Amino acid sequence: MSKLTLNGATFTSQPNETVLDTLLRENIQIPNGCRQGICQSCLMRSVDVPPPVSAQVGLNQTQQKQNYFHACVCYPEQDMMLALLESEQTIFITARVIQKQLLTVDIVRVVVECDTELTFFAGQFVNLLRDDGLTRSYSIANRPQADNRLEFHIRRLPNGQFSNWVHDELVVGSTLTLSEPKGSCHYLSGSEAQPLLLIGTGSGLAPLCGIISDALEQSHSGDIHLFHGSSHHKGLYLVDEMRELATKHTNFYYTPCLSGDNVIADTVQGRAHDVALSTIENLKGWRVYLCGHPDMVNHSKRLAYLKGASIKDIYADAFHVISPDTK
Amino acid sequence: MSEVQDTTAATSLFDQLGGAAAVDAAVDIFYRKVLSDYRINRFFDHSDMEAQAAKQKAFLTMAFGGPNNYTGKDMRTTHAKFVKMGLNASHFDIVMEHLTATLAELSVPPALIAQVAAIAESTRTDILGK
Repeated sequence: MSKLTLNGATFTSQPNETVLDTLLRENIQIPNGCRQGICQSCLMRSVDVPPPVSAQVGLNQTQQKQNYFHACVCYPEQDMMLALLESEQTIFITARVIQKQLLTVDIVRVVVECDTELTFFAGQFVNLLRDDGLTRSYSIANRPQADNRLEFHIRRLPNGQFSNWVHDELVVGSTLTLSEPKGSCHYLSGSEAQPLLLIGTGSGLAPLCGIISDALEQSHSGDIHLFHGSSHHKGLYLVDEMRELATKHTNFYYTPCLSGDNVIADTVQGRAHDVALSTIENLKGWRVYLCGHPDMVNHSKRLAYLKGASIKDIYADAFHVISPDTK
Repeated sequence: MSEVQDTTAATSLFDQLGGAAAVDAAVDIFYRKVLSDYRINRFFDHSDMEAQAAKQKAFLTMAFGGPNNYTGKDMRTTHAKFVKMGLNASHFDIVMEHLTATLAELSVPPALIAQVAAIAESTRTDILGK
């Protein structure tokens, strides 16, 4: 039981309660989204003591040093003095839907045009907000260009409040509110010769598409290997576009993988990360991007590390599903 | 006076081992060994790798005699769930083996390895909740 102090008021956390749980139980309004330590909606700062390391995973070094942490995954280990981020630090952007196109039976491509100039890296994510405040994080699938457009690949989840709304009700011309782009899963210029391994399942292809086009645009000279997986061939998308890219760029390799029983021409049978990690013998010196199902991401992180990749070269974006009762 | 202090500082275990850079080199080798060992890696199945590596680093910094804020109470609390999963002395011994093998790989002299092992050994009862 730790004491949490915020704006002069003190709250006592119950056992197994996160900082976010305690504050919400005390009726303090704290913005929140994923509740998995990813979307940064509930980011706050510890003024006096360093927060638990596990509550800082995914933040950049500067934020970690400044004692920023995710309230939703912070189980306090001692008394903490808390500070909320200045509300003016949260920048919201308004955007208009200009394209909506079905990529597979359950993944839709949504392109929006923002009303302000945007700075972002391909592969980062933004939080999308519905009018009633319902918030979800989606990866950006395109690279920055002068048109201030962002592309998302949104998969319809069973009982997914936000994704069903996007699929069923959002139309061209609708407006959406966006947070500023966040996250560190993006292409880094400056090591053009480093080989890249990208593994994605389902709509995890979205950030990888952005990263690949950014890398190729910046004349990346090292090999770029993309493994995209789905259980069914109907779940693979942008197949022709990726094959065309592989024809155009001799250092880009594309392997579509099918984990189900159906075998179709020009795909490899097996789960994408199994195929990828059994194909590539040694990952020493590689940069690895993992996007999609959390189990795949966690499992692959460990395997990539044991195959020689260093932890700082492994970038991951796990697509957690939020159960309907958490909002 | 200052000469005495300099000598003392220069001969601390942490400095003899090579300080923070040595910890980084050791974490990389040590954590790979631990994670690849089928006898103990199930204890890491549900932990986040980055957070885990940070903990390994804190542990090795302490074992190297470096600056740390480790307490026995923390060790007990954080390992209680693993004791429930069956963590026992044999697992601790395996980790100790990996630690000494790591240092040997980094060509640390045996006398220093013994000092590091002694500090790590001092956490045994707390980690195993004895």
